[in-house]
Amino acid sequence: MPDFLLEIGTEEIPDWMIEPALEDFRGKFQAAFGSFGGSALVTEATPRRLVLFAKDLLNQAADAENVILGPYLTAGEKAAEGFARKQGTTIAQLAMIADAKGQRYVFHQLVKGQAVTQALADGLPAIVAGIHFPKSMYWTGRGGIRFIRPIRWIVAVLNDQIVPFEVAGVKSGNLTCGHRILGSRKPLPVTSANYFDTLEKSFVIVHAEKRKARIQQALGSEVQKDDALLHTLVYLTEYPSAVRGRFDPTYLDLPKEILSTVMRHHQRYFSVSKPDGSLAPEFVAVTNTDGDPDGLIGQGNERVLRARFNDARFFWQVDQQKKLSARVGDLAKVTFQAKLGSYKDKTERIAKLAAQLAAQTDADENVVQIASLLCKCDLTTDMVKEFTELQGIVGGLYAKAQGEGEPVATAIYDHYRPVNMDDGIPRTVEGQVVSIADKLDTLRESFRIGLIPTGTKDPFALRRAAQGVVKILFEARLNLQLMPLIEDVPALVPFMRERIEFYLRDVLGFFYDEVAAVMAPPITTLADLADRAEAIRYVRPTEDFEPLAASFKRIKNILKQAGINSAPPPKADLLVPGPEKDLYEAWLRVGTEARESGSFRDKLAAVASLRPQVDLFFDKILVNDPNPAIRENRLALLYSLLTEFSTIADFSEIVTKGLNA
Amino acid sequence: MDSFQDTIFKLKHYWADRGAIIQEPYDLEVGAGTMAPETFLRVLGPNKYKVAYVQPSRRPADGRYGENPNRLYKHQQLQVILKPTPSDVLEQYLNSLEAIGIDLRKHDIKFEEDNWEAPTLGAWGIGWQVMLDGLEITQFTYFQQCGGVDLDLVPAEITYGLERIVAFLQNVDSVYDIEWAPGVKYSAVRLADEEQFSVYNFEMADVAMLWHEFELHERECQRLLDCFRSTKERARFPVLPAYDQALKCSNLFNLLDARGAISVTERVGIINRVRKLAVGVAQAWCEQQFPSEEAAA
Repeated sequence: MPDFLLEIGTEEIPDWMIEPALEDFRGKFQAAFGSFGGSALVTEATPRRLVLFAKDLLNQAADAENVILGPYLTAGEKAAEGFARKQGTTIAQLAMIADAKGQRYVFHQLVKGQAVTQALADGLPAIVAGIHFPKSMYWTGRGGIRFIRPIRWIVAVLNDQIVPFEVAGVKSGNLTCGHRILGSRKPLPVTSANYFDTLEKSFVIVHAEKRKARIQQALGSEVQKDDALLHTLVYLTEYPSAVRGRFDPTYLDLPKEILSTVMRHHQRYFSVSKPDGSLAPEFVAVTNTDGDPDGLIGQGNERVLRARFNDARFFWQVDQQKKLSARVGDLAKVTFQAKLGSYKDKTERIAKLAAQLAAQTDADENVVQIASLLCKCDLTTDMVKEFTELQGIVGGLYAKAQGEGEPVATAIYDHYRPVNMDDGIPRTVEGQVVSIADKLDTLRESFRIGLIPTGTKDPFALRRAAQGVVKILFEARLNLQLMPLIEDVPALVPFMRERIEFYLRDVLGFFYDEVAAVMAPPITTLADLADRAEAIRYVRPTEDFEPLAASFKRIKNILKQAGINSAPPPKADLLVPGPEKDLYEAWLRVGTEARESGSFRDKLAAVASLRPQVDLFFDKILVNDPNPAIRENRLALLYSLLTEFSTIADFSEIVTKGLNA
Repeated sequence: MDSFQDTIFKLKHYWADRGAIIQEPYDLEVGAGTMAPETFLRVLGPNKYKVAYVQPSRRPADGRYGENPNRLYKHQQLQVILKPTPSDVLEQYLNSLEAIGIDLRKHDIKFEEDNWEAPTLGAWGIGWQVMLDGLEITQFTYFQQCGGVDLDLVPAEITYGLERIVAFLQNVDSVYDIEWAPGVKYSAVRLADEEQFSVYNFEMADVAMLWHEFELHERECQRLLDCFRSTKERARFPVLPAYDQALKCSNLFNLLDARGAISVTERVGIINRVRKLAVGVAQAWCEQQFPSEEAAA
């Protein structure tokens, strides 16, 4: 059984696109050639090649049978003969089946399994051309094939036999290329058996895991762990090595945030820690070479880093010549969003909103005021123009250096946080307030002019902003009511509700029905919402709860059928003694208990204690009494029951097991 | 050690040997070699073309009064256009580095994703920044669109950052320490330029005058484009002079921007005004130079 090896040789593919492309490639290959079996399917890649290795394919796909329906027996012999002739056979070779309309002829046509070479040659061009990339280009001329980067060679071999096809004017063959610099300058002939070894001898490690291990080994232990950077470097190199460099310790005067950003984001270097955890004046660069024979690579990287650090130091010095507080006016020249004016306009809105929020929390209003006024000023500094990812952080560092005080500096430093779901929220309540005000302003203003995310399109990262607001409100348990802040922008309400539901479900781990139950009553604070959900989760396993939830569902249905949307309180004198009166009294008692208990858990436990009375009521009492006054009163009782306790949660949303109302 | 000018000679020779025309810089203020008509207009249409030239490129906002060792208001690009792109273009490029004395076996070279876009030109492409021992030395782009027009033949644009490459080759930390010619430093040739233009661009340029000039050039460009629409004499119509007017607008926009004279509300609008001129010129050029192609499309 032959092994198939396919290598699409390209120019350098962006590192972040490689793994998703391999996944797509693999899926498409499997879908097309699954009928050829195979004991293993491996996909690998380097920046210059996408590789697929399929082990032990069948030479020939299994034969298949195609059942072709013919005429009914009643159609006569002529029809049967005609059918047989059309299928290239005789009546004697036809079979017979029966269906509702009677007996009919069928022909079992044998479909010979295709030979693997032919199938691959026929199917691969479309599969290769169809590999999905988030951004693609054309290079063979207008209207030509689109791919991530130009395809320059293709290896397609079944053991040592070429599978011939053509993509983008490139004919498949058995010749590959080694490492751009270290490898053989001549094309290398390969078979599926010697492909990986041949390339390794020509300084290409095809397996990503092997490159990763090689980098990790070279890094050493004092290097700061950075998985994202490691992953990038695995796909930026074919033969990775690590080169160590040093920088002048006087640069350590610059904040470590700036030093790390330069090293990590701009130079893709790993930072090195001293034993005490602080930054050492060293770095490790990962190269696409076999070491650094003359030390030139290390020197070169040191030189570049020195220039970068010099720039940073220069920016720091120049930026200090104008304090943040003197830059507020300059924000008029920085666009927030084309239709939404400048960052000066935004700053004014943030300050107003933040003051409003601060008044409702125990934030220091003075700190919030200064921080919200200064929080965007770093956008006008040279440092942030150069290192945009440090916005906020630079503002915080400058505020501290300029004597704005630790609370203001921290609030500014943190106000972009959380930048994603894994990031922490601002450390202080002032930072939290400014962060919420900033994000809510972005959301409110964008939605107001119709910039609303659809599907996967969210160019202004509004989902992330909304998620950030929700995360802060949940985690910091701020005493802030979210809904009044967004009600005047109607489209924003369902959007925020979705984010809240997502957080309850995916971060806090509540079930769908629990989330639906607590989201039904009006939302007050998110801390309150989390507590109510928590209470349901706590009470849920107790024996009375789910049956009671089922009863609530029943009550809701009864009221719905009766068309009841509101009702006066039930009249005590119209209640029939027995289960009905008992339920009424239990409701009064539990209502008081629930109102008086401090926690949602106790409230819910009290509600759950209603179960025997509710059960007995439904057991013994017919709501639809012939006397309309009694009937109305019963409905009023049920309505009161439902509304009283639905402020905690809508229990009818709880999915109950085997307890259908 | 090669001087700045030696390296330029070598690169020009290298590309001349591979069939490129060696052009001289365009004689108007531009922000990049891409804006010279040798790139912007030549990449349009079905004709093959290979050209290389040094283009002094003005970026008023990048000026640093000659005080920053790596940042310049005006830097020198060596621009190469290969249309269509030969299939061994990256090998040719790497060999050009060898030709200027970089032994690639002793250095680390990486091609890192960097797609290029020029909103004022209606142009974009896919490509890389080429990193040599962690230093960006070249921008490599496969042009996809220019002046809003999808390109017939996809050209490769190779833009060498000359100051960076030569500072690397000469192992100096400041561009001003580069030896331009034997015994003559870069600072001797260009420092005054950097100092004075920084002062002018940031502090002294007359904003009202710049706006007025912008409007004059815009009007002239638009007038020519309108004439082109109505004329029957297209073959010798001055499309190239219209492009000069668009380039003037682009540079004035950059100056106004550096001067801090462009407000938020204006900014996007101004970019679109320049873009409209560039796109108009690109279309007129295609209609004039490739009338049969245009009819077919």
